[in-house]
Amino acid sequence: MLKPAAARAAPSEERAVFRGRWLPWVFLLPTLLILAVFIYLPALRTLRLAAFRANVILGTEKFVGLGNFADLLSSPAYQQVALQTLVFTVLTVSGGLLCSLGLAWLASRPIRGAKTYRLLLIYPYALSPAIAGTLWLFLFNPEIGVVNQVLRASFHVAPRWLDTPILAFGLVTLASIWKGLAYNIVFYLASIQNLPGDVMEAAQIDGATPRQVFWRVAFPLLSPITFFLVFTNIIAALFDSFALTDILTRGGPYVGHAGITTFLVYQLYQDGFVNFKTGAAAAQAALMLALVAFITVMQFRVGERRVHYGA
Amino acid sequence: MALKTVASRTAAPAHAPAHRRTWPTHLALTLAVLIISAPLIFALIKATQESSAVLSPSLIPGGAFFHNLGSVWSGAHLGRYMMNSLIVALSVTVGKTILALLAALAFVYFRFPLKGLAFGLVLLSLMLPTEVLIIALFDLVSRDLKWANTYAAIIVPFLASATGTFLFRQHFMNIPTSLADAARIDGCGPLTFLTRILVPMSWNTVGALAVIQFVYGWDQYIWPLVIMQQDDKQVVQVGLRKLIEVGGQTDWGAVMAGAIITAVPPLLVFTALQEQFSRGFALTEDK
Repeated sequence: MLKPAAARAAPSEERAVFRGRWLPWVFLLPTLLILAVFIYLPALRTLRLAAFRANVILGTEKFVGLGNFADLLSSPAYQQVALQTLVFTVLTVSGGLLCSLGLAWLASRPIRGAKTYRLLLIYPYALSPAIAGTLWLFLFNPEIGVVNQVLRASFHVAPRWLDTPILAFGLVTLASIWKGLAYNIVFYLASIQNLPGDVMEAAQIDGATPRQVFWRVAFPLLSPITFFLVFTNIIAALFDSFALTDILTRGGPYVGHAGITTFLVYQLYQDGFVNFKTGAAAAQAALMLALVAFITVMQFRVGERRVHYGA
Repeated sequence: MALKTVASRTAAPAHAPAHRRTWPTHLALTLAVLIISAPLIFALIKATQESSAVLSPSLIPGGAFFHNLGSVWSGAHLGRYMMNSLIVALSVTVGKTILALLAALAFVYFRFPLKGLAFGLVLLSLMLPTEVLIIALFDLVSRDLKWANTYAAIIVPFLASATGTFLFRQHFMNIPTSLADAARIDGCGPLTFLTRILVPMSWNTVGALAVIQFVYGWDQYIWPLVIMQQDDKQVVQVGLRKLIEVGGQTDWGAVMAGAIITAVPPLLVFTALQEQFSRGFALTEDK
C-alpha cells in the first residue's frame, strides 16, 4: 500500500487552461464511477450490515442495532485480538523504521559500490507477503528448516517455532519487519539524498561528530518522511499482514481466547468467510474503518503541527 | 520539503567527511544485504536440489531446478496461476495509469463546479482499504453483479487509483502553465496535450507508478482468496498457499521453485524501471 507524501502539500493554485463544462467530468467519470461502486457503496453496505445479525449462507437477516458492536467489544477473544494487533503493529513499525533508517543512512554514504548496495537493499520490495510467508515457513520448519538444523548442530535445540506462542508471534513480527524494509529504505534513501548538504557540512565544520550530525541535524530534517512512513507502516501492519500470517501460521497457535497471530483483519476474514458470521464481520469492518479514519486524521494533524518541513 | 538545486546536492557529499575509513560501512552493508537476502538465497539453493537433498542441511546447489519447476508448473497448475496473475497485474497497471492520467488532467487543467467535492471523494477513498470492505464487496460482486469467478471481479474494482491521481496531479502542477497555454494556442485539445506533451514529460512518474501498481496487482491475496472459487481462474499468490496445503507431504523443493518463479515478474518490472522507481516519487521537486 502506497500513498504519496505529496498529497498533503497540495498547492491550491488554479490553472484553468482548457475550457469545457462537461469535459472534466468525462475525464473524471471512470475514476469516480469505480470509486462509487467498489469503494463507497461497499462502505455504506458495511455500515448497514453491521446492524444485522446476518448469515450469507442461510440468507437470514435480523436487525440488532448496535448489538454486534456490543458483542464484539465485550468479547474476550476480540479484545485479545485487538491487543495483539496493537503490540504487533508497534513492534513492526518501530523495529522496521529503525532498521531501515540505519541501513538507508549507511547506503547513502559516498562509498564505492553504493549504488549496488542500494539496489540490493530495495529489490525485496518486489517480493509479495505470500512469498515471504512461504520462505519463512520453510526456513523455520521445526524438523526440516535450515534454522533448526543449524541450531540443532550447534546448540542441540530445536524450537517449535510455529507451535510456541511467543516464538510464533516473534516470527511473524520479524517476517513482517523484513518484508517492509525495502519499501521504507526507498523513501529514506530519497529523502537522505535530498538533505541540504550545506547544513550538514556546516555542522561538520563546527566540529560536530558524525553521531551528532545524524541525531541533531539529519534526524530532525528527516522527520516529515518518518511521520509519513509511520502512518503507511501502521496501515501495512494492519492489512498486509494477512497474507503473511495466513500462510505462515494460519493465525495460530491458540492461546487464551484466540490464536496469538490472529490480528484484526485475520479475525474479520475468519468471521466473514469461515464462520459466516456476516453481521459480526461487518461490525469489525466498521470498527476498522473508524480506526483507519482516526489514523488518517492523526496523520494530517500531527504531520501539520509537529513536523519540520524543511527550510 | 525544501527545494534544492541539483548543484548543491552534487557539490557537497551527503554526509561524513571523505577521509574517514569506509571498510566498516562496507562490512555493515554487506552483512545487512546478506541477512536480508538470506531467505531468498536459501530458497534458490533448495529449489535446485533433488528431493533427497532438499530436506538435508546441504547447501550445495543441485541440478533439479527444472524438474522441481516442472512438477509445480504443470502438476500444481502454477503455469495457469501465473498466467492469471499476469493478466490481472497488467490490466490493473494499464487501467490505473490511464484513469489516473485522465483524472489528474481534469484536476489540474480545468476549472469546474464541484471540483473540490470530486477531489475530496478521491482523497477520502484512501481511507477505505479494500481489505476492510471485503464483506460487502463480496456481496456486491458475487450476488448483484454475478462476477464471482471472473477476471472482472479481480480487475475492475481496482482500476481507480487515488495514489496515481495524486502523483500525476503533483507532477503536472510542477510543469509550467505556459506550456499548456502554448499548446492550446496551437490548437491542441486536452487529450492531445496529455498524450503528446504531458505523458512524454512524465515517464519517471509513470514508471514509478507502474512498479507500484504492478506489484500491487501481482500481490493481491485476500480478495482473490474469497471471490475465486474456481481453480483455473485463481491467482498465483493464492496458488502458492495451495502448494503448501497439499496433504502431509509437502514437496519443498518444488514449493521453493514455485516461490522463486512467482517472484520473477515483479522483479523484472522492478529491475526494468528501477531508475524511475527511485527517482519518480514526488517527494522532492527536483525531478
